[in-house]
Amino acid sequence: MNMDDLLRRQLQIHACKIRMGIIEGVYNAKSGHPGGSLSIADVLTYLYFTRMHVYPDNPDFAERDRFVLSKGHTAPALYATLAERGFFPMDEMKTLRHIGARLQGHPCITIPGVDMSSGSLGQGISAACGMALAGKHRSDNYRVYTILGDGELEEGQVWEAAMFAAHYGLDNLLAIVDNNGLQIDGKITDVCSPEPIPDKFAAFGWHVIEMDAHDFDDIDRAFREAERVTQQPVVIIQHSTKGKGVSFMENQVGWHGTAPNTEQYEKAMAELTAELSRLEAEA
Amino acid sequence: MSEVIKKATRESYGEALVALAEKYPNLVVLDADLAAATKTGMFKKAYADRFYDCGIAEANMMGVAAGLAAAGMTPFASSFAMFAAGRAFEIVRNSIGYPHLNVKIGATHAGISVGEDGATHQCCEDIALMRTIPGMTVINPADDTEAKAAVEAAIQHDGPVYCRFGRLAVPVINDPATYKFELGKGVQLRDGSDVTVVATGLMVNEALNAAETLAGEGISVRVINIHTIKPLDKDIIIKAAKETGTIVTAEEHSIIGGLGSAVAEAVCEACPVPVRRVGVNDTFGHSGPAVELLKQFGLSAEHIAEVVREAVKAK
Repeated sequence: MNMDDLLRRQLQIHACKIRMGIIEGVYNAKSGHPGGSLSIADVLTYLYFTRMHVYPDNPDFAERDRFVLSKGHTAPALYATLAERGFFPMDEMKTLRHIGARLQGHPCITIPGVDMSSGSLGQGISAACGMALAGKHRSDNYRVYTILGDGELEEGQVWEAAMFAAHYGLDNLLAIVDNNGLQIDGKITDVCSPEPIPDKFAAFGWHVIEMDAHDFDDIDRAFREAERVTQQPVVIIQHSTKGKGVSFMENQVGWHGTAPNTEQYEKAMAELTAELSRLEAEA
Repeated sequence: MSEVIKKATRESYGEALVALAEKYPNLVVLDADLAAATKTGMFKKAYADRFYDCGIAEANMMGVAAGLAAAGMTPFASSFAMFAAGRAFEIVRNSIGYPHLNVKIGATHAGISVGEDGATHQCCEDIALMRTIPGMTVINPADDTEAKAAVEAAIQHDGPVYCRFGRLAVPVINDPATYKFELGKGVQLRDGSDVTVVATGLMVNEALNAAETLAGEGISVRVINIHTIKPLDKDIIIKAAKETGTIVTAEEHSIIGGLGSAVAEAVCEACPVPVRRVGVNDTFGHSGPAVELLKQFGLSAEHIAEVVREAVKAK
């Protein structure tokens, strides 16, 4: 069953604004990681606008759901999502990575809405396991979400955490693997392949779901399935397009960690602005 | 004279965790398949529902501890010093230190006194590693009394703490009835005017024995116990530098980056006097009985006394 048309449209609008925030941030920072930020914009939108119990006016509320961006280099996506959700003004994206600004190059726990410092790959999922374990230990009802990169799966610590989560039956933990197929040095299958990703997680005792990262109906289907799983952790492997939403960045490894110049920035913003106008006209 | 009671500080660690469990309900304990050796097994036996074994995966254990702390728990993450500070260094730095999370690291089997297991397990670099992390408190207790007090002080401190414990049974030199632990405060155990020995961990007892021997030779030795290596009690050290004019440090750790370095840094900045460092002299350990290794590596009262004689002679 597909989600309500109005909700889908609203999510698409939020996601488009988040993509604009990402481009704004990386352009003003003159550095950063647009490709992998754009590929997780839709799932972050879905999480923060439909699934997660979070409180922009009280970000540290004890019973909130938690999120850890294990692929921390895509902080622009997290910050733009938090801004769109009301944790701080979207305009603050212009200060990303600037000296004296609070929006650090990688997520920092002191930023409102950021639950864990991350960025050294492989570590966020362990912290997410610890948060989920605390929830189980105290019989709290919150859920913990984390997003990993597919290249990040090359880190051994990810599999230590995968073993741990299954051993302790952390069904309040949901990991999302952003399977865009590219890492800094090239295709993940050329660099040092972590494939087959679904088989690996299944072998570690996880419930595995695959989804289309840019189709809100499919995202909704995947999360609803995930929430029915008990006694084991769930991983959603999202098949995504690196650079999604900006035509010239899509599927280009060069946009992993490069900021657009002024001409590219204007082109990207023009595309996204046109898309936003189209979505708002249809809404 | 009554018989000297000896106990390994890892035993004190295990006993303290059990003793403090009721008082601190948020306390949970993690281990990486070494509970029998780190002595967290005592806690596991008494409070099974508050103990989580992470298997032989120290990197993940430190990350899990970070997540537990971020969610309001007070976790002790336990392993051998080699793996807690060494293998997991970058996780401790980025997932615990940078977000300044309330994780306590219980690192046992520190130093050369691990004994027969040899160099791969004899960690003489952990103090150096841990004290470079901003906001990390580093404690190296001298005996059973101090170790137990240190565990509670670590719990009461809001922020990451590295607690260093040993495998070898060492003499109990502090009276539990009167002992008071103050985080970040050095303790003057013996006054003296010719030279100061600044010691930590099991070398505190060696320093006291050296001072006794040297008193018989007419050398007046001040002995200071530094249980908290970070933050360092600079005042007590600079006062000693001013009043005794020369310092000898003593630690079961590399002479690079540990107590000796910390003391030299403090003294150089405020009151430069000669600082001689007794410790593991930039070398790996090897297998052997702990007590013999300590002698062989110069971690003894005799060796401290020799270095003190040199220090006084050079004044």
